[in-house]
Amino acid sequence: MTDIFKVLSPGAYTTVQDLGRFGWQPFGVPPSGMLDDFAGRVANMLVGNPDTAALLELTFSGPTLKILAPATIALTGADMPFSINGVPALSWCAVPVQSGDTVTLGMARSGCRGYLAVSQGIDVPLVMGSRSCYVGAAIGGFKGRPLQAGDRLRCDPGAADYLVRRVPAELVPAYSSEITLRAIPGPQDDFFDHGLDVFFNASFAVSPQADRMGCRLQGPVISQLETMPQSIISEPSLPGGVQIPQDGQPIILLNEQTVGGYTKIATVISIDISRVAQALPGDRIRFERIDIDAAHALYRHQASLFERIRNEMEIPAAEKQRFIREGRDPVAVDWDSPDVADKLIHCLYQI
Amino acid sequence: MEAVAVNRQCFDRPKFRLAGDRGLLVEFGDAISPEINQTVRAMSFALETAAVPGVREVIPTYRSVVVVYDPLTTRPSLLSTRILSLYEGLARSEPPAPEENVIPVCYGGEYGPDIAFVAEYNHIGVDDVIRLHSEPSYPIYMLGFSPGFPFLGGLSEKLHTPRLTSPRTRVPAGSVGIANNQTGIYPIASPGGWQLIGRSPVRLFDPDRPNPFLLRAGDTLRFEPITPDEYRRRAVGGEHD
Repeated sequence: MTDIFKVLSPGAYTTVQDLGRFGWQPFGVPPSGMLDDFAGRVANMLVGNPDTAALLELTFSGPTLKILAPATIALTGADMPFSINGVPALSWCAVPVQSGDTVTLGMARSGCRGYLAVSQGIDVPLVMGSRSCYVGAAIGGFKGRPLQAGDRLRCDPGAADYLVRRVPAELVPAYSSEITLRAIPGPQDDFFDHGLDVFFNASFAVSPQADRMGCRLQGPVISQLETMPQSIISEPSLPGGVQIPQDGQPIILLNEQTVGGYTKIATVISIDISRVAQALPGDRIRFERIDIDAAHALYRHQASLFERIRNEMEIPAAEKQRFIREGRDPVAVDWDSPDVADKLIHCLYQI
Repeated sequence: MEAVAVNRQCFDRPKFRLAGDRGLLVEFGDAISPEINQTVRAMSFALETAAVPGVREVIPTYRSVVVVYDPLTTRPSLLSTRILSLYEGLARSEPPAPEENVIPVCYGGEYGPDIAFVAEYNHIGVDDVIRLHSEPSYPIYMLGFSPGFPFLGGLSEKLHTPRLTSPRTRVPAGSVGIANNQTGIYPIASPGGWQLIGRSPVRLFDPDRPNPFLLRAGDTLRFEPITPDEYRRRAVGGEHD
């Protein structure tokens, strides 16, 4: 293992995450993991990593890093100013870096969470099968906490493949401040009557109280049926559950929530958790009712999409050699010239 | 071994609730009771033993199980059919007997700063608090809130005490506390508002152990009073930081 970068400034809240820590919820350990697993998976694909590689999740504003060994990096997710030695670099694109480079990430212009993948993945110890940081229990990630200035992160020195992979601009998700989330009523939808109509028709503002545990919303009060109890016997919550506490203001529960005793009116479908991850305080959220079969069809579609991206990332050996020989620097490449476009390995996907 | 009687406190048949596109909540009753929880435990074992295709995780709770599944492999209609047939078979099933965990606790002193308040509040002596707290075998209904935190039932009514009016910013790991009708142990240091009556040198949660958790939902727990010397000896012995 070799040190891959040193943190010069950590950004607002930067943690190491992978797909999550599974199998421990019966013991009270929530899954953690990248909140926007779409952006996170694509970031790993861009640098040629397996899905299971650990990367950095950046929140609101990104870190400044001093690169200590040659590697390929890729930024996806929130639109954050991204530069290498002061020269603007492209996001949703694999970018080679050299020892001594300074990578600077700024405040998100749209979206909330950026994902910075490094070739070979960030090497922190596996804790209960995952490298994801769960700050609540101070486990996983880098010393169980968000990054701080001076931290040095390690990485497998195995050579990066230095391939120029890029997601075509027209296919990069646009993070709107008007967000629609598809949700399945339940588990406690029978505690509501009129409340369900309000929930699926109103628009809610994302409050500043939004973190990896949950995203609190503000809007019209959602009231329960008076004949039903105000709370339920505490039970574990799954990511996406929309809890209605006594003030009637919904909270979308996320990856670091364990148990709760409030009723859950509906549950956001898995693939839309990415949209919650990118919501900024002040954004507007609407919920759209969806049934389980339609939700599963979307889930299957997303799974096949990842499969397609992975397949289209498979590059013929000859092509691979050509890129390495040409040693192109993606920072300086004119992406729009037909010559370059011809040689790019696009990962194609639909939102 | 004791066959599980499908108790009359349980619903006539389990109630299924959708928890999104990956979760199915199966409720067996709507009360906190050892009987309902034993059905939960039996069902968790039955589901684990049956290795139902597509089931990723079975999370036992007070009165339900949450089944986390892979939507590419299965769906709620298939799962509920399978779960109902397992439920029919529960009366004949023989899950392993619940294990009793003995947790040593040093009561009072620097480890249990609120024990005098708990005694005073309930008009009993500190000795009575220790006796009443260490007598029962508590059912572990569920783990959660923090890694390995046990939700226990059966706290003596003579010990019910409200939470602190202002929570502490840091409660050390191993602290044993009371909040209203609940008692529990803090597996990790965290902020907390429970009345602290003692501390255990045993680590309920250690991510570096092959089995990070000492306790399991559905088992039982008894507290065993130890002296401050023994606490220090066992704490220094590496059981605790």
